This record gives sequence, structure tokens and C-alpha cells, in this order.
Amino acid sequence: MKLFLNQIKMDNLNDIYTDVIMEHSTATYNKHKLECATNSEHGHNPSCGDDITIEIKMNGEVIEDVAFTGHGCAISQASTSIMIDLLKGKTKEEAIELINIFLKMMKREKVTEDELERIEEANALKNISNMPARIKCAELAWYTMESLLKK
Amino acid sequence: MKDIKNDFPILNKSNITYLDSGATTQKPQQVIDAMNKYYEEDNANPHRGAYKLSLRATEVYEHAREVVSKFINASMPEEIVFTRNTSESLNLIAYSYGLNNIQEGDKIVISIMEHHSNLVPWQYVSKKKNAELEYMYIDENGTIPLEEIKKKIVPGVKIVGIGQVSNVLGTINPVKEIVKRAHEVGAIAVVDGAQSVPHMKVDVQDIDADFLVFSGHKMLAPLGIGVLYGKKELLDKMPPFLFGGDMIEYVYEQETTFAPVPAKFEAGTQNVEGAVGLEAAINYLNEIGMENVQKIEENIIKYALEELTKLDFITVYGPREIEKKAGVISFNVNGVHPHDVASVLDNNNVCIRSGNHCAQPLLKYMNLESTCRASFYIYNTKEDVDKLIDALKKTHEIFKRWIQ
Repeated sequence: MKLFLNQIKMDNLNDIYTDVIMEHSTATYNKHKLECATNSEHGHNPSCGDDITIEIKMNGEVIEDVAFTGHGCAISQASTSIMIDLLKGKTKEEAIELINIFLKMMKREKVTEDELERIEEANALKNISNMPARIKCAELAWYTMESLLKK
Repeated sequence: MKDIKNDFPILNKSNITYLDSGATTQKPQQVIDAMNKYYEEDNANPHRGAYKLSLRATEVYEHAREVVSKFINASMPEEIVFTRNTSESLNLIAYSYGLNNIQEGDKIVISIMEHHSNLVPWQYVSKKKNAELEYMYIDENGTIPLEEIKKKIVPGVKIVGIGQVSNVLGTINPVKEIVKRAHEVGAIAVVDGAQSVPHMKVDVQDIDADFLVFSGHKMLAPLGIGVLYGKKELLDKMPPFLFGGDMIEYVYEQETTFAPVPAKFEAGTQNVEGAVGLEAAINYLNEIGMENVQKIEENIIKYALEELTKLDFITVYGPREIEKKAGVISFNVNGVHPHDVASVLDNNNVCIRSGNHCAQPLLKYMNLESTCRASFYIYNTKEDVDKLIDALKKTHEIFKRWIQ
């Protein structure tokens, strides 16, 4: 436990609020209602109030389009936008694999270099796994998407 | 005046600026010592054994009840029921008094400022009994106008629930007037003192509250000890909330008679350690004097409000008049989510709360998703406020180029 606390202290805020995260958290191109959505899922963190709805348009097994609405902190908003960029155009199966890699990374489980490469910009959220109070902010969209795809 | 901060080991051992006393306070050495002493010298199951040690544990526990009773000026110790916390006290009232006295079509009135624990139980009672739950709303200053009190508390209202101090806005509500109005229309009044009893002199007889509840842990005592004050004649008529050991008189195979109050409401082995800690906390506060406690906090709140309003990137919520505000300041760094603010502040060793503060209906009513909340207690100093302000400036520095 002591070790863990030290790790948090060593963290620099600049590694958390990076340009990638801040750009995504303020970007709006993924944040809108989705015309002709085929399914949607609502996710929220009751203790902190982050609240998002993800809408999806499937074309057979392929995720043709995704968008979200809602509100939350910079980390939750950035994570949602990054995830949408990553999963658009992927098959359902691929998407679930990528979500699993991301969640593994956030749990600080072993993730290979190849796997990290596969989740592209979502790598930028890795340092948040050092901030126990904020992990759930980063994970919200991914868990919501997972249950949406498994609906 | 003595250096209060010196009495708090956690504040001395670390360099944190603790501004979350509205959630829970830190504990002085005197409280920690009292609890240690209890386990080193007096521990046994109270009310059970015929041996000296158990009698001593009983005495210690009942003495704590007397001290609590005097602290809020109850007319007798039997009017004090120990619970785990404010939420449990309110659930006890809702289940035992609410479900047995509310009839179909009756009204329950609470304020929009209530903490979920003085709101959700009343939702449950009104749904269960087909009663109506109505709200007293606030004005733009974060206070309940007197006309609103008169308009909502009318004949047909049977229970009025009101927090004496809002845990989000710090508003001090006119509980005496609200209780008076409740009694005029034949309702009973439940006062949530969780954010008031730690910070000001509270006299239950002066307020004339039918019930008043609070938590020990928000006033220097340990976690897990709470108080329900109830007028004796009401408590006497109410059925038990939890059943079990030590709350009975005679038990037969099919029937049971119950012990008199307060034992009727204290089923199972109680948190004697917590009661001992609460007594020590009250002694500590009494030594400072509740008038002084209030003065110390007023000075800090006044200074904090002044400094916060100097920052043009901050919005402060709730009343600005110091006589209408206690303990708590809610604010936002414009354009930055409170959780991000809290993370940057944490990185600067400043502890504040961020989120909806267990008052979602209030935030919705105010068109807010969440706020930052700094809450203060006797150990806080102007230096703590300065550290908060510095950390907020740093926060703004980090985020300003992204604020839209």
C-alpha cells in the first residue's frame, strides 16, 4: 500500500492533463446525438456525477458510427472521445478485444507492446491508472460501450 | 488561545490542508486517548454482565448519553438514542414514526437543500403510504423565503424535514420558524443537525424540534456513532426499528414486550467506544466553548469568501452574508470540472470535496452538475485558505488555455 501511495505522489499532473487528453476533452466532433442509431447505452458514476449516453450505428458486425452526449470531468470526456475514434469502423469482436486491452491497462495488469499499439491514442490514459480516485472516470465510457456491444 | 491544530495528530504528521470537514472531521489526541483508555481499562458488554467490569462499561456508555443530552439541552438522557450516524437516525424516524403515522393523502414537506439521507427515506414513506412529498424551494441567494415556508407548510402536512445547515451551500435555515409553522399546522418537525451541531450552539428545547439528528464523526468523534434526539412522548409511542438483544423486556415463544426508551431503539451490542469518543469530543468542544467555535469558523469563512471572490475565474454559490452561512463554501472554477479541480488541489496537498455532495435534487434545481466544496472546522487557519487560493490559481493556470 505504501508503495502505491508513493507512486501516486510521484505523478506529475502534466502526465495526466496532457495535450492529447485536453484536446479530446474539449473537442466536440464525437459529442452529439446520432441520427439513425441502432442502439444506445447510458453509463454514469453515481458518486461523482459523470453521466454519458453512447449511441451506436451498426452495419452488420461493423460499428459504422458512434457518438456520445452527457457531461463529466476532462478525463471522462477525453476517454469517451478517444474510445470513439478508436472503435469507429471496427467489428464488434475487434472492439471488445480493444476494450479489454484498455481495461487491463487501467487495472495495471500486464499489457504487451503490441496490445498498447493497438489501442492507439488511448495509451495517453495510462498514467491515470496511477490515480485511484480517477480510474473510474477513465473507464466509464469503455464499460458502457462493452455492455452496449454485448446487448 | 491555544493552538488547536496541535491537538490533531493527522494534521501534524502530514502537510495536508484539510478542507473536507463537512464530510468528516479529523480527531484530536484527546478523543483518540479516550477510546484507547476505554479498551485498556473499561471494555465489556454493557447492560449484560453482573460483574464489575460490565457495570463499568454500562456506566461509561450511559454517562456519554448524559453528556450528549446536556450538549443539545435535551430534557432528559432517555431522549438520546445512539445510532450509527445521521442516516440511520433518519431511517429510524422514517420507518418507526413515518410508516406508522402517515396516512394516504397526507403531505410530507422537506427542503430542496436536503442531503439524500433526509430525502430518500421520505420518498420511501410517501410512496409506501400514498402520501405526497413536497419541497420548499430556495431563492437566488440560496435561502428559503419565509413566504415559501408558509406556502408549503399548510394543514394536511404531517411531517416537516429540514436541515439546519445545508451541506452544499452552508445556508443556515430558520429552523425555529419552520418548526413553529409545522406545529401550527399539526405536523411534527425533523431537524437534520449533521452540519449544525458540530458548528454552533444547538438547543433542542429552544428550537422545539420533535426530532433532531446528527453524526459524531462530523464533530471530532469517531466514525460509526450517531445520535437521534426525540421528544420522550413521541419515542414512547413509536414501535422499535430494529429487533434483537437488549431492546426487550419479556420474550415468549410468540410474543415480546419491549424495553423502555432509549433501549427500545438500541438493539444488539452497541458502539460503546464510539459513545466514549463522542463524549470526549463534546468535552473538547465545550472546553473551547461553542460560541468560540462559531466565532473561529466565522472568521475563516469570511476570509475564505473574501479571497475566493477576488478570483475572477471562480463562481461561489450560496449566501454571502456571514450570519446566514456556516462551515461550507461551494464554488466552481469556471469551465473546469470539479473533479479535475480536486485532482490538481490534491496534487498540492489540499483536500476538498467535488461532486454532487449527496444532494442531487438541489444541484439539478440550481442547474449545476457538480461543485467543489471547501468545508472548515476549528483547526483550520487563514494559512489553509491561502493554500487553497494558491492551488486554485495553479489549477486555473493549467486549464486556462483549454477553457472555452
